[in-house]
Amino acid sequence: MSSTHRPAAAKNRASGILDPAILVPAVGSAFAKLDPRQLMRNPVIFVTEIVAALVTLFFVRDLLVHEEAGFSGQIAAWLWFTVLFATFAEAVAEGRGRAQADSLKRSRSDLSARRLAAQGEATETVAATDLRIGDVVLVETGELIPGDGEVIEGIASVNESAVTGESAPVIREAGGDRSAVTGGTQVLSDRLKIRITTAPGSSFVDRMIALIEGAKRQKTPNEIALSILLSGLTLIFLIAVVTLWGLALYSGTVLSVTVLAALLVTLIPTTIGGLLSAIGIAGMDRLVRFNVIATSGRAVEAAGDVDTLLLDKTGTITFGNRMATDFLPAPAVSDADIAEAALLASLADETPEGRSIVALAKGEYAISSLDVTPDAIIPFAAETRLSGVDIGGRRIRKGAVDAVLRFAGIGPDRIPPAFQADVDRIARSGGTPLAVSDGERLLGVIHLKDVVKPGIKERFQQMRSMGIRTVMVTGDNPVTAATIASEAGVDDFLAEAKPEDKLAYIRKEQEGGRLIAMCGDGTNDAPALAQADVGVAMQTGTQAAREAANMVDLDSSPTKLIEIVEIGKQLLMTRGSLTTFSIANDVAKYFAIIPALFVATYPALAALNIMALGSPRSAILSAVIFNALIIVALIPLALKGVSYRPVGAAALLRRNLLVYGLGGLVLPFAGIKLVDLAVNALHLV
Amino acid sequence: MSFVGWLQIAALFLAVLAVIKPLGLYMARVFQGERTFISPVLAPVERGFYRLAGVDDQREQGWLAYAFAMLAFSIAGFVSLYAILRLQAFLPFNPQGFTGVAPDLAFNTAISFLTNTNWQNYAGETTMSQFSQMAGLTVHNFLSAASGIAMAMALTRAFARSKAKTLGNFWVDLTRATLYVLLPLAIVVTVVFIAMGLPQTLGASITATTLEGAHQVIALGPVASQEAIKQLGTNGGGFFNVNAAHPFENPTALSNLLNIFAMLSVSAALVYTFGQMVGERRQGWAFLATIAILLIVGVGVVYWAEAQGNPILTALGLDASGGNMEGKEVRFGQSASALYAAVTTGLSDGGVNAMHGSLTGLGGLVPMFLIQLGEVLPGGVGSGLYGLIVFAILAVFVAGLMVGRTPELLGKKIDGREMKFAMLAVLILPLAILGFTAVSVMIPAGVASIGTPGPHGLSEILYAYSSAAGNNGSAFGGLSGNTPWYNATLAIAMLLGRFAYVIPVLAIAGSIAAKVRAPASSGTFPTHGPLFVGLLIGVILILGGLQFFPALALGPIVEHFATLAGQTY
Repeated sequence: MSSTHRPAAAKNRASGILDPAILVPAVGSAFAKLDPRQLMRNPVIFVTEIVAALVTLFFVRDLLVHEEAGFSGQIAAWLWFTVLFATFAEAVAEGRGRAQADSLKRSRSDLSARRLAAQGEATETVAATDLRIGDVVLVETGELIPGDGEVIEGIASVNESAVTGESAPVIREAGGDRSAVTGGTQVLSDRLKIRITTAPGSSFVDRMIALIEGAKRQKTPNEIALSILLSGLTLIFLIAVVTLWGLALYSGTVLSVTVLAALLVTLIPTTIGGLLSAIGIAGMDRLVRFNVIATSGRAVEAAGDVDTLLLDKTGTITFGNRMATDFLPAPAVSDADIAEAALLASLADETPEGRSIVALAKGEYAISSLDVTPDAIIPFAAETRLSGVDIGGRRIRKGAVDAVLRFAGIGPDRIPPAFQADVDRIARSGGTPLAVSDGERLLGVIHLKDVVKPGIKERFQQMRSMGIRTVMVTGDNPVTAATIASEAGVDDFLAEAKPEDKLAYIRKEQEGGRLIAMCGDGTNDAPALAQADVGVAMQTGTQAAREAANMVDLDSSPTKLIEIVEIGKQLLMTRGSLTTFSIANDVAKYFAIIPALFVATYPALAALNIMALGSPRSAILSAVIFNALIIVALIPLALKGVSYRPVGAAALLRRNLLVYGLGGLVLPFAGIKLVDLAVNALHLV
Repeated sequence: MSFVGWLQIAALFLAVLAVIKPLGLYMARVFQGERTFISPVLAPVERGFYRLAGVDDQREQGWLAYAFAMLAFSIAGFVSLYAILRLQAFLPFNPQGFTGVAPDLAFNTAISFLTNTNWQNYAGETTMSQFSQMAGLTVHNFLSAASGIAMAMALTRAFARSKAKTLGNFWVDLTRATLYVLLPLAIVVTVVFIAMGLPQTLGASITATTLEGAHQVIALGPVASQEAIKQLGTNGGGFFNVNAAHPFENPTALSNLLNIFAMLSVSAALVYTFGQMVGERRQGWAFLATIAILLIVGVGVVYWAEAQGNPILTALGLDASGGNMEGKEVRFGQSASALYAAVTTGLSDGGVNAMHGSLTGLGGLVPMFLIQLGEVLPGGVGSGLYGLIVFAILAVFVAGLMVGRTPELLGKKIDGREMKFAMLAVLILPLAILGFTAVSVMIPAGVASIGTPGPHGLSEILYAYSSAAGNNGSAFGGLSGNTPWYNATLAIAMLLGRFAYVIPVLAIAGSIAAKVRAPASSGTFPTHGPLFVGLLIGVILILGGLQFFPALALGPIVEHFATLAGQTY
């Protein structure tokens, strides 16, 4: 996880897994989810429910004919628990998003709008739900924006904390890249004319609510494939168990429905079957907690598969402003002289470049703060391309090299060769040289350059070890781009990039079978965002960009793409790990149940009872209990996701195979044995 | 167990290892349509065939067209073989004057040879005319193997290609597999077999007068030629009833090794061909390592179990150092018998040189289990390769998610469509094996054929359906299979095991071929290397074998523990 600043409201969204406010209502909805029409979506748990119902019938029959019903009763109870634990897992996952959805719903309710008539300035007040696409509304200071739309007139500061959790207001204005507004946000100053662009019920907030509640959740492609595998396994074990009845009959054992049901339910992959939808919901929820809204689960999965990241240079890789990194004195000038002069020339310069010169002089060159008052401040002007100060008779100037040379009266033939060499070197490396002079004395050159954010290189290194290429996109010329690219450690760059270049690059990569992620905010990014497999739009971006993307970052932080990829990977890893665990569990269950079923007929099979379980009945009951409890035990893991480390696939596989594969093989032997000890100690059978 | 015994086993595996690469490369050239050293001789013949059949060898087929061609060819093959068997009394080369084969037996036998199973509910020397053996059965020994290779090549191309609509041409693959691979190899092996003393004649059986003055009929025939393709094509159908235990089919320890070598080499080399054709030789070696580990463990367990002998007989005072020799030929002993048993079942060959029913409980469990794993070690020629790839697809799907990406095999993403067909394919074995076994043990028509009651009887039936559905063809022995019930149901199991398996596989091929082949990166699930080999072994054992555990527990497993406890049934 990154150390990026997280808004306060977002923190409130994060709640512990064992929060009673979530667990208590989840119990109720776990029962509601027993409805077979709902459970049909989950074949493994649906089969478990049918089997539980069947065993319950046999339990009732046992009661009615006054047979010993304790065993079938307990098996039936634990089979129901298995189903309930699965529905409970889903309910908990959904519950975690519900609180947030509720607060969003409040922001949306009771909104009214002042709709402008087709002509003139007359307005009528209508309910926000009556607004249609194309309606134009007027919103003034203190009012809530009634729906998603685009500013067509005016400029205003808007509080979007209801959606983003960020309390600092943002500017929204007509035209340009900051024209999109979201329903439910508040205008703090001025007035806006807004054209509504979404129908009620399908607005951004509505989508967010639906997403968080998991109500409109559709299975993702990978989830569908996994469901097919799990259904297939269920069928295979159904065949194995049903035919076992016949084979047992031949061998002289009549197997009861109860024990066959127990065998079936322990063998079918109930663990992953029960947790599958919880994992999916929790994955989306993790994204929401990270202040990213995805339009579909498919996009989250695709994020895990991404091969190439297209990253904008400005703001993502570099700070976005050129900064002074070095003072290079002219011949016969000391470091201190040029640093002091540069500092003086920039004292009144409030541009980021000016501030960075001051910081460099005071920091690295240890020039103490000069307590002087300049006689005159010469601000930067386009014609002179100079700025500086007049101070105690000194006329200190900094600016473009040719402008400073002209100011100092140095002709082309008198330029010191060392100075010229420094200037050329800076220009070649993609930086900007600024000359400094004191009257006619040339002091040297300031090296201004794009500074790569600290830590970004390591981040890209991690990406590379995960097999993800990073591509920098910049409007700079190829020389500058290449310098920054090598400094930041990206794998490739697109220099002098126009929006259509991005689109072409994405298409080319996709041709080669790669999946691409990018982020963008402008309208001209929209085609590329739509073409990319994962397109992340900034919340501050235009409506067109937000529509084209399949994710929206509420924090509008371009580095978020990296976290999104990690969340996608974590989602897939959690699914895979629990599937492997679930399947590996079967080995132990066979060793618990098979000897128990047949030891009466074939005493020699007692040799298979390697766990030395107390009695056949306790063995069967213990396997069923373990099978149910493991679902509950794994709910936290399903919700939190398995831990992700940015190491290569081979290392990840080795670790997860060891933990979930080998662990899944070994753990149930110990678990079933422990449950069996408890079952026998409590004389349950 | 002895040093010499292990040496024999090691020698065989080394010999096969030596031949894998050259043979694999040769086959890759053949199926990529490149010229080979033998092309000057065979290319005109090949073109002649295409001209005769009106096949355009340049025109490739999509998966459906490929599957239809294969099915049409199989149906034609079935009809002609059935007709030959039924009408053999009216056909030439029938010196013994055998009558036509009974309808149910002919049906079973035709299906059996069509599906590369070679389950034999008949005794060859007393049922089949020379014509039936040569023009009927031996022809299908070639064709069923060639069609298996063809389908494996279709799947291989699916992985090798990117965004492709076609998988190759079935008729071309079939012709090339027969003409360039099986026929030349069969000729070489036949000649070596003749040199080793196997009969090769069109003459009738001879009658010998024994020392006691009794008359004994000694059956002869074109044994060497049938034996060669029986092994090369992993068919397994012997000329004689007792198969490779018969001194005319397998006279010496050396011929025994050549038998095993012949059956193993083509199938194993095809795995290398796969790696070569998809441009990832390491993948081929990873598959071969998986196969080798499981197979060597299988051989080791059988050898160990048989060398231990029978504890009940030991308790009666029998010398245990001789091991269990029941049902074995003295010229082979435990080592060569164990090797043959494990390889023939890992391979879907089905020839036998010992009675599997007479193996110890544990020794009998292994061959049965190897068949139930889906005949992928390395399985029948072609069929083993595509079966193994289905397991590899399942393995990358189950565990591939653990690296945080949509699972891929060789750059092809595995999603719902592949999963659906892979599950359809792997469902077939439990359905056919467990389904028919459960019904058979409950109905009189099924139970009546059992040779030994108790758990061993269950093993006999379980083995029969495993062998049929796995298209193996070996028998446990003891079961009287030539009854209407078994002739019919075993034939259905064979059909399911071949066609209900391969059609989903071809569908997978179609869907895989159409996908873009993504380049590998360090974020891709690595499908070579020891980790993947271990994973694949785990998946084969757990997904392929675990569902048979309850059934096995009631058969060979209980037998094993009961024998240890000194109990008999």
